[in-house]
Amino acid sequence: MAGVAVSTTINGDSIEYLCQPDETLLDVLRDRLGLTGAKEGCGTGDCGACSIILDDRLVCSCLVLGAEAEGRRVETIEGMAHGDTLHPLQQKFLEHAALQCGICTPGFLIAAKDLLAKNPDPTEEEIRFGLAGNLCRCTGYDKIVRAVQDAANVMKGA
Amino acid sequence: MRYIRPLSMEDAVGQLAGSSGTAAILAGGSDLLVRMKGGFIEPDLIVDIKAIDGLGEIRETAEGYSIGAAVSCALMGESAALKREWPGVVEAAKLIGSKQVQGRCTIVGNLCNASPAADSVPALVAAGARALIAGPGGKRTVAVEAVPTGPGKTSLAKGEIIEAILLDRRAPRSGDAYLRFIPRTEMDIAVVSAGVNLTLDEAGVVKAARVALGAVAATVLLVEEAAEALIGRKLDEAALERLAKVCSGACRPIDDKRGTVEFRRKVAGVLARRAATTAYARAGGK
Repeated sequence: MAGVAVSTTINGDSIEYLCQPDETLLDVLRDRLGLTGAKEGCGTGDCGACSIILDDRLVCSCLVLGAEAEGRRVETIEGMAHGDTLHPLQQKFLEHAALQCGICTPGFLIAAKDLLAKNPDPTEEEIRFGLAGNLCRCTGYDKIVRAVQDAANVMKGA
Repeated sequence: MRYIRPLSMEDAVGQLAGSSGTAAILAGGSDLLVRMKGGFIEPDLIVDIKAIDGLGEIRETAEGYSIGAAVSCALMGESAALKREWPGVVEAAKLIGSKQVQGRCTIVGNLCNASPAADSVPALVAAGARALIAGPGGKRTVAVEAVPTGPGKTSLAKGEIIEAILLDRRAPRSGDAYLRFIPRTEMDIAVVSAGVNLTLDEAGVVKAARVALGAVAATVLLVEEAAEALIGRKLDEAALERLAKVCSGACRPIDDKRGTVEFRRKVAGVLARRAATTAYARAGGK
């Protein structure tokens, strides 16, 4: 198979890569670019562990081809903190212990970031529905919901 | 395998028509990539249609709305005009998958995947939506219900691409609604579903009706007898009873792990009733 040359923007940086036509963006991020924050849980768009933001839309990177990123803007978990300063969501996930094994966490953080960008003051129900595309088998979700509520409060005050 | 991203519909149609081997059209990819991952399809050619001019837009036309084949369901949910005129179509589209899937999936993909349980299809059929198809022989328009011919099969010929879904502008006092049954609160495949679209006269009598059922046959069913049960009447108890009975009777469901034949028949009637009640209220009926 001939490789596809792709020029894209990832976390604000211009990036070029060569990928196979059937290679997912998730595999490109992890295996070619060393951005291993996005995780492969199911590989079929059910678990949300590979969530990224593509041109302001929350998507599963396992359901996007690497070739499709041409000319677009990709945001991953690696771009969430500013240097050593964590994003309020990251800080609140730590404070609320909203994770155990951590596999789902990057996906939850990205999905929560997208949720708060579109709805800065969500109700608990809106948070639960908004994060329904992300599965966590450890926390029972309560701590995640509380962390997102707390982060929303902090971000509103900022 | 080759991946191409044509800039014009003519080019896309030409590439598809001229391809040998398996060709797949890529819009949202939420079905295609899963099928590729599972080894159910190994396309020799993937035609990404998202760079084709206008395909990512919802356009208001003199006749109504044209929803491009690359319009994500998330984008449909952000269109205030579409939600106002076709709330049932939008609520059906918004039921497909998670937020993440919503950002990618399209109603044209949902239609062409040809699942009998596709959420947006009963709503589109009830709405009288049409598919604008581009192909090697030019363009044609067909009723949405003529596209799927069975599970995973469509009536599209080689080289044909659905360019857009067309919805009419609404007559006054019209409303539509879509409901499905799933055993969870979100993100599941319909066990049974119903779409109802009504237009009322000034006295609140149903003037026009379309009723469609999903997941109860090999394709989505347009139940004309169910529409007849409503036309010429207000939505009284007798009309709703008749609607439910006709819908239950029209089902030709299968038994599977998600629901029995008996259950699907009963729930089809219940959902049609409830969807009709919502559509009636949306049309301003009391």
